[in-house]
Amino acid sequence: MSQAHDIKQEVRKYWKVFVALLILTIVTVAISYLQFGLAVAVMVALSIAMVKGSLVACFFMHLISEKKAIFVLLGFVVFFFLSLMLLIYASYFNLPQGTTYVS
Amino acid sequence: MELMPYIVKERPDTGLFNAKLGIWLFLSSEVMLFGALFSAYVLLRTGAPHWPHGSSILNVPIGAFNTVVLIASSVTMVFSWAALKENKFGKFKLNLGLTILLAFVFLIVKAIEYGAKFEHHLYPKTSTFLAIYFTLTALHALHVIGGIVVNGYFWGPGARMWQAEPERFVNRIEIAGIYWHFVDLVWIFLFPTLYLL
Repeated sequence: MSQAHDIKQEVRKYWKVFVALLILTIVTVAISYLQFGLAVAVMVALSIAMVKGSLVACFFMHLISEKKAIFVLLGFVVFFFLSLMLLIYASYFNLPQGTTYVS
Repeated sequence: MELMPYIVKERPDTGLFNAKLGIWLFLSSEVMLFGALFSAYVLLRTGAPHWPHGSSILNVPIGAFNTVVLIASSVTMVFSWAALKENKFGKFKLNLGLTILLAFVFLIVKAIEYGAKFEHHLYPKTSTFLAIYFTLTALHALHVIGGIVVNGYFWGPGARMWQAEPERFVNRIEIAGIYWHFVDLVWIFLFPTLYLL
């Protein structure tokens, strides 16, 4: 009885997350029609995507109630993912002499 | 007696059953796979003299529609797991069936999008933007196909396990769900990156 009640509560939570994801999708598309500069547009779009991704991970993938071992594993993932992205940034400081970026 | 330890019950030290640890390890490698391609996208874009705005080449309403389809499929997937927890097998079948159906809708829409590009002679070789667009979306579509195969198995022949080992079956659906939500999560980042920026 108690478990059935818990599941019903969970299902209600999933509906709320679904509505939030739909609203955020509309917001993402709507904001893209505003004439922001590229840097601002990237920050806004990726920030909304991060919020949506967090909602999916926390509630649908049950990360919010997951065990410590999963978070230890994800800590390694974050480290290596950020390292990968920072390597691109580092490449700007390691260009052959005479290389110029054209924009 | 269990054939292998911890396929139903959690290990006392980690608090996880085998498949839960397994799927997260697999998804960790998937993050690096898509992460490598995302970093390639950033490198190509920042190094290009000119880069088209996604919406000038791609159809934003169709991309947004597919985003909603995939989000809806994630919801039906988690509902199918919740239905098993409530002991409602019929509701499980309905929700997992809807998940598979929505996955097919996503692929059909993607195929229509690809077809429209090919009709206009826009191929991966046409530009760097299209090369990375086709690479990222095709890899994602392969993951959708993988999800259809797994979910199709659990909807059909694999569902027999519900009679013999219900707890193990619930675990399997949870694991399949975690994979499916990851596929949704990747698209949540792909859509704005490719279509809106």
